[in-house]
Amino acid sequence: MDSLLLLVLAIPLLGSILMGLIGHWEYAPEVNSGLSLGTFIAVATLSVLIIGSGSGFAFGESFYVDSLNVFLVSLTSFVGLTTSLFSRSYMRVERDIGRMTPIRTRIYHSMYQLFMFTMMLALLSNNIGILWVSMEIATLAAVLLVSIYRTAAALQAAWKYFILCGVGISLALFGTILLYLAAERQLGGSAGAFLWTNLNTIKLHLEPSIMSIAFVFLLVGYGTKMGLVPLHSWLPDAHAEGPTPVSAVLSGLLLNVALYAVLRFKILADGSLQNGLPGKMLVGFGLISVLVASFSLSRQKDVKRMFSYSSIEHIGLMTFAFGLGGPIATFAGLLHMTVHSLVKSAIFFTVGHACQKAGTQIIADIRGLVKVSPTVGWGLVVGSLAILGMPPFGVFASEFLIITTSMAEMPWATPILLLGLGVAFATIFGFVQSMALGETTAKPLVHPPALLPVFIHLALALMLGLYIPPYLNQWFWQAVNIITR
Amino acid sequence: MPNFALQILNLLAAIMLLITFAMLSQRRPLALNRLFVLHGVVLVLSSLLVAYVTGNTHLYYSAALTLSIKVVLIPWILHKVIIRLRAESDIDTLINVPTTMLIGIVLVIIAFNLAIPIAKLSASITSGILGIALACVLLSFMMILIRSKAMPQVIGFLTMENGLFFAATAATSGMPMIVELGVALSVVGGTLILGVFMFHIREQYDDLDIGHLENMKED
Repeated sequence: MDSLLLLVLAIPLLGSILMGLIGHWEYAPEVNSGLSLGTFIAVATLSVLIIGSGSGFAFGESFYVDSLNVFLVSLTSFVGLTTSLFSRSYMRVERDIGRMTPIRTRIYHSMYQLFMFTMMLALLSNNIGILWVSMEIATLAAVLLVSIYRTAAALQAAWKYFILCGVGISLALFGTILLYLAAERQLGGSAGAFLWTNLNTIKLHLEPSIMSIAFVFLLVGYGTKMGLVPLHSWLPDAHAEGPTPVSAVLSGLLLNVALYAVLRFKILADGSLQNGLPGKMLVGFGLISVLVASFSLSRQKDVKRMFSYSSIEHIGLMTFAFGLGGPIATFAGLLHMTVHSLVKSAIFFTVGHACQKAGTQIIADIRGLVKVSPTVGWGLVVGSLAILGMPPFGVFASEFLIITTSMAEMPWATPILLLGLGVAFATIFGFVQSMALGETTAKPLVHPPALLPVFIHLALALMLGLYIPPYLNQWFWQAVNIITR
Repeated sequence: MPNFALQILNLLAAIMLLITFAMLSQRRPLALNRLFVLHGVVLVLSSLLVAYVTGNTHLYYSAALTLSIKVVLIPWILHKVIIRLRAESDIDTLINVPTTMLIGIVLVIIAFNLAIPIAKLSASITSGILGIALACVLLSFMMILIRSKAMPQVIGFLTMENGLFFAATAATSGMPMIVELGVALSVVGGTLILGVFMFHIREQYDDLDIGHLENMKED
């Protein structure tokens, strides 16, 4: 297992260095995809191993792999692979219209791999300090990716992203220190008090008064990175101003990784506090995020900003689901993480091509996509229907489970959720309809659009709505057991 | 911890709080940078003191790391950036100084209240030290919020990191080395990136005022 894990981490890290050297080369996008494919194969092997044999350590106790994180690692490497496939044609178009110079392309490819590496490290590390460090480096890589066009708006977005997330993540560091302080009394002042597995074994004895303060700091800190309202103001800017593949990985993957961090700490806090406070806080943040995000949708003029508000809404929904606790809601939360990643990145892929065709990101100026390019147009329509929770897509299944559980356990929250989902439906559907239909001014692209990833993602989301394979089902339940135990 | 050492640690904490207040009211970038150096020096001294008293050797390394990065390297980079951008006279403040001080005092009171339950658990320190560390974090937070120029925001961010390290040193006798190294790495990386950004912002606007950048696109 050591060597496999080393492979999972080494491919993107060395890839980042390699791309720093040859990232501007004509076939660098293909090399980038090849690296992502290598990572994906290594991860797939690792996950088969873990599902078969249960959890395990690697490199002493530095890394800990169980069903929960290997599931997210698989999702991350899969979306990383498809995004790199999409970015091949997208970035060539950007280069031809002069937005990407060789040096920017090099930075882009290098940071893309570094970003993948830090997410893998954050997910796999057993050390909560390393988790923090890798989240911080992921932020730095993402800041460079967002600012890559060097326009005034991109710089503003990147600056805001760095300062807000920097402040947020500093609060998370304080939370981590407090947790260490609580653990030090049980485990002694060694590096062992930073290991999640050790903390998990003594979670019943962690001092509740410290633990509750620590969890507040951790939730606010990592919640900033998740884009929970009211800490979300960086997110739409960062998604709108960066290149579209970056919006896809930020929305589909980084939000999940931050949520994963919160889940790990929730497991510890639940064990220590025994009063359901962490769950209640997640429910509160989740509901506010769903409401504020869905009502902000209609004010958006930029299509990428609009879909990033939709990401805030969905991350709120997941947070709410995990806050409810209980096996069914947790299962729904994990399913929602999966389908949201797949569908939202698919939407960003189509939106990216649509914006390139129309030459703008302003919703009012994008018209008649179906006419100029049926695959892009219908991809956007189908993807939007999927994210809005239309059956038979997977989002419907997870939202249905979340709402039924909420009716049983927290009836007062159900109307709030339904209101948010209804408003989001009306707004996004209206916008997408106007973009897809009608007369068009859009131009064909110089490079053929990469739509294979879009339809793979949507097909998977469709499959998860109709039928979850027993293997995957067992995998999800193993992860649910880790969270709710 | 012996009583005498605790007294000195308390003194250092008080000096740190004083410097943070001075930074809050300082409007000139170069002077602010010098205050940041002083802030770092106090942090190094307190790490050395805790290292000496507890005999924790890795705290010496931690102190050396802080000295080289936060007292020498980063202030030097910031100084270069300020000179190169001719930003010496970039004076700003959004709220006037007396109001800022009053809000700051309220934040300190909040921090002290928050620190009481935490300090009860720590055998080594008084709630005053932890309260001051937390107050430094909150005050730098406020500095980031009220300043509109790029440079004070960066220094505020770095001061916040200093406050966190002070809390870690005082309350838990330091974090494991690998974590400290990682944190230091990300801080240096962040400062470099922000330094580069300042040049780009200057190119776009002839000014380092982040306020210019607030062109809300959803009005």
